[in-house]
Amino acid sequence: MKKIKKIKIRLNGKNRNIIKGYKLYNLVNELDLPLRKIAIELNREIVDKKKIKKIKLNDKDNIEIVHFIGGG
Amino acid sequence: MKNDKLTVGKQRFNSRLIVGTGKYKNMSECAKAIKLSGANIVTVAVRRVNISDKNKPLLMDYIDPKKITYLPNTAGCFSSEAALRTLRLAREIGGWKLVKLEVLGDKKNLFPDMIETLKSTEVLTKEGFRVMVYCNDDPLMAKRLEDAGAAAIMPLAAPIGSGLGILNKTNISIIRKQTKLPVIIDAGLGQASDAVVAMELGCDGVLVNTAIAKAKKPFSMALAFKHAVIAGRKSYLSGRIIKNLAGKPSSPTEGII
Repeated sequence: MKKIKKIKIRLNGKNRNIIKGYKLYNLVNELDLPLRKIAIELNREIVDKKKIKKIKLNDKDNIEIVHFIGGG
Repeated sequence: MKNDKLTVGKQRFNSRLIVGTGKYKNMSECAKAIKLSGANIVTVAVRRVNISDKNKPLLMDYIDPKKITYLPNTAGCFSSEAALRTLRLAREIGGWKLVKLEVLGDKKNLFPDMIETLKSTEVLTKEGFRVMVYCNDDPLMAKRLEDAGAAAIMPLAAPIGSGLGILNKTNISIIRKQTKLPVIIDAGLGQASDAVVAMELGCDGVLVNTAIAKAKKPFSMALAFKHAVIAGRKSYLSGRIIKNLAGKPSSPTEGII
């Protein structure tokens, strides 16, 4: 059986292992996040949400996913 | 009065009360208080999504951004860089351009860092944001912000969450008189009468969070603030009488038996 290769990324300040070849879209899907309620940053650059199917994740990528919460 | 609306940039709002969505016991309490306050604009914060708890309630499920204008803020940012990053992300969530800028410089009193605030206002305005700016009650800084392209001046009444009410009415009046921009009192109000005072000074609106969220009865305080803002505005537009040290009888002196 072929062994699944994994890479290590940082997501919202925590380490996470994901399957090599994962697109940003796969990650958002796995987390079950509604796209219209979030914004994504990849290595400090804001990501165009329409393009996440094309963005491949690499080892040591730093991802931040934010949303709106209560605040003053 | 019917056409007396709060105008920020090109947007017009029926209510002159803006409320924060923080510090409530839960989302449903927050949503109900907002409804009772009659506010058309609510401030919201931008934070990391909770990856581990998918079932955590989302603000957008309780307060519909199609019905109420979300005003993303930069609360908790202590540098221009952090504030810019936050608001660019906020815009990406759903195209928000109307934002509240708040760059703090002092962890104890939460006073704004006006140098960082001014720098951020310039950058954000150039990027197409309409920036409502939290600032201190300094007329000179308020003028600088106006020159930098701010969409609204939001001077503090007192430190955030302090409930002290308007500490420097003179400066607020000077700021109101010198600018064409809307002036919205942001931070430090403690009770409904503070909102009346702000509106009677000629301010265009008030922003309240803690005074409602942390009142013993948040729903009833939300209503109190709603009416206070309306009362204060009407009072301001009605033209108050001149103050007089001597008494003047209200009943005619002629025909006294």
